[in-house]
Amino acid sequence: MSANKEIWVYAEQENGKLAGVVFELLSEGRKLAEKSGYTLCALLASADGKPMHQQLFNYGAKKIYNVEDSKLVTYQNDYFAKAVHTLIEQEKPEIVLYGASTIGRSLAPTVAVMGWAGLTADCTELDFDTEREILLQTRPAFGGNIMATIICPDHRPQMATVRSNVFKKEKVGEAESGEVVEVTVDLSGIPERMKRVESVVEEVNTVDLKAADYIVSGGRGIGKPENFKLVEGLANVLGGAVGASRATVDAGWISHHHQVGQTGKTVCPLVYIACGISGAIQHLAGMQSADLIIAINKDPDAPIFDVADFGLVGDLHDIVPEFTKQIDALKA
Amino acid sequence: MNIVVCIKQVPDSDKVTIDRETNRLNRAGVPSIINPFDENALEMALQLKDKHGGKVTVISMGPPQAEQALRTALSHGADEAILISDRKFGGADTWATSYTITLALKKLTDPVDLILFGKQAIDGDTAQVGPGVAHFYGVPMITYAMSCDVTETGYRVKQVTDHGYNVWDVEKPAALTVVKEANELRMPSLKKKMAAKKAEIPCWGFDDLNPEEEKIGLAGSPTKVHKVFAPPVKLNKETLSGEPAEMVEELIFKLREKKVI
Repeated sequence: MSANKEIWVYAEQENGKLAGVVFELLSEGRKLAEKSGYTLCALLASADGKPMHQQLFNYGAKKIYNVEDSKLVTYQNDYFAKAVHTLIEQEKPEIVLYGASTIGRSLAPTVAVMGWAGLTADCTELDFDTEREILLQTRPAFGGNIMATIICPDHRPQMATVRSNVFKKEKVGEAESGEVVEVTVDLSGIPERMKRVESVVEEVNTVDLKAADYIVSGGRGIGKPENFKLVEGLANVLGGAVGASRATVDAGWISHHHQVGQTGKTVCPLVYIACGISGAIQHLAGMQSADLIIAINKDPDAPIFDVADFGLVGDLHDIVPEFTKQIDALKA
Repeated sequence: MNIVVCIKQVPDSDKVTIDRETNRLNRAGVPSIINPFDENALEMALQLKDKHGGKVTVISMGPPQAEQALRTALSHGADEAILISDRKFGGADTWATSYTITLALKKLTDPVDLILFGKQAIDGDTAQVGPGVAHFYGVPMITYAMSCDVTETGYRVKQVTDHGYNVWDVEKPAALTVVKEANELRMPSLKKKMAAKKAEIPCWGFDDLNPEEEKIGLAGSPTKVHKVFAPPVKLNKETLSGEPAEMVEELIFKLREKKVI
């Protein structure tokens, strides 16, 4: 089980553009590297890696494993899994981190079974146990009702996926440098079992939860689907976006594009306002890294108040319109 | 078309609560259901069968009572069901589960054209078993499938992505994980409900699947649960109460103090 004292971040890219989560993973990876004494590395599989190297160094990678092949332009599970697996077998890193994106959630599980590696999905916290020299991977479990710390004691690498917006990105500098290791992986023998015929980017109108400074979310406590109007009203005066709990999405009150939580989007706004949301961990997992959390709920024992900076105990049907009115007056 | 749908029986996690004193989950009385996303996989299979004919087999790995989830699937229209259950399979993580389910797929006598999974299970939310089985079984995998049409050589699949969608042509046999937006599971018919009650559901255990012993159950699982705990509570929180207008006024004052509005 001997492994190289390296932490790898999978540098997810498509068409030569790195995914935002890569920088968040590098930033968190740096903390782990400091604690463990391991080297932080990026694994970049692409058709042309060089233009992306500077960015990876700037966010803390000390070493880049650079795999280039014309088959690695856009994501195709067979090719990328083969490339990553081959490199892992060759270099034997202790830890590999992936973004929990559509791509990461296909790639990481495939790579995990290609070797015999442990994989923990959607971690919200990573830490290093210096005594046992293992990665501590914490995630909401059991439908998000409880937190669990997962370890992988006897298999390497220890792998985890992390959703975007869970960790904050922090640049080291503008002109950092490091080592580039060129690696060749032979992809010629892999049959083309699947082929992407179309790729469409849809701008989901108005619901850019990930970029919003203010998010106002509604939960089952709003009572009926029409009451999302109250939530929208407040979001509008704040210039923010509308979020929703899993319960309201499951009930068909609002589209899943609005869902915040472990199975929805992970968000990190300046201010998060939870209206009539009880606060299942499933939901908290998606919003607790907001800078400031306001909870409005009539049940003073609702778990949402445990994570809120400001808790307003009362009827949201009175409070939310009042809130909207006063903000509106302020802006007038 | 021979379609296999892998389903999981899960506790209805919306109804699970946590005891803040003991950090334990209150599971008593929580009903078991078919993982909601697996319902979409089942419906996709049934629609393909409606159109192209064939057979839909549901498979579930779990404790003996998971048989109930299989009977429910039969009542919705699946043709056959197989339970994978053995004490020795207990404690499996996604690696060992993928390995064990694959052995069951390999034991099926008819060649499989399509294997469907829900996009993830609502108790674990890992989304790892589908891709794991696809690799072990040796078929291409498309995650987050929203639709699937039969083509001459395989399937045309629409995949939901973080920013839109992709369309893939994939050869058969293939494996897909299915998202909720794909469809809604049809209602069970009375006739099928009656038949499902009486259906013979074979149970495949250790001796039927003949696995490598070190690859199953707890021993075959690279990941272990180190500890579980209730989520952290925020300190310095402020609770406001009283008349809505006053509460909001106070809140806005504090928000302006913090310069967030």
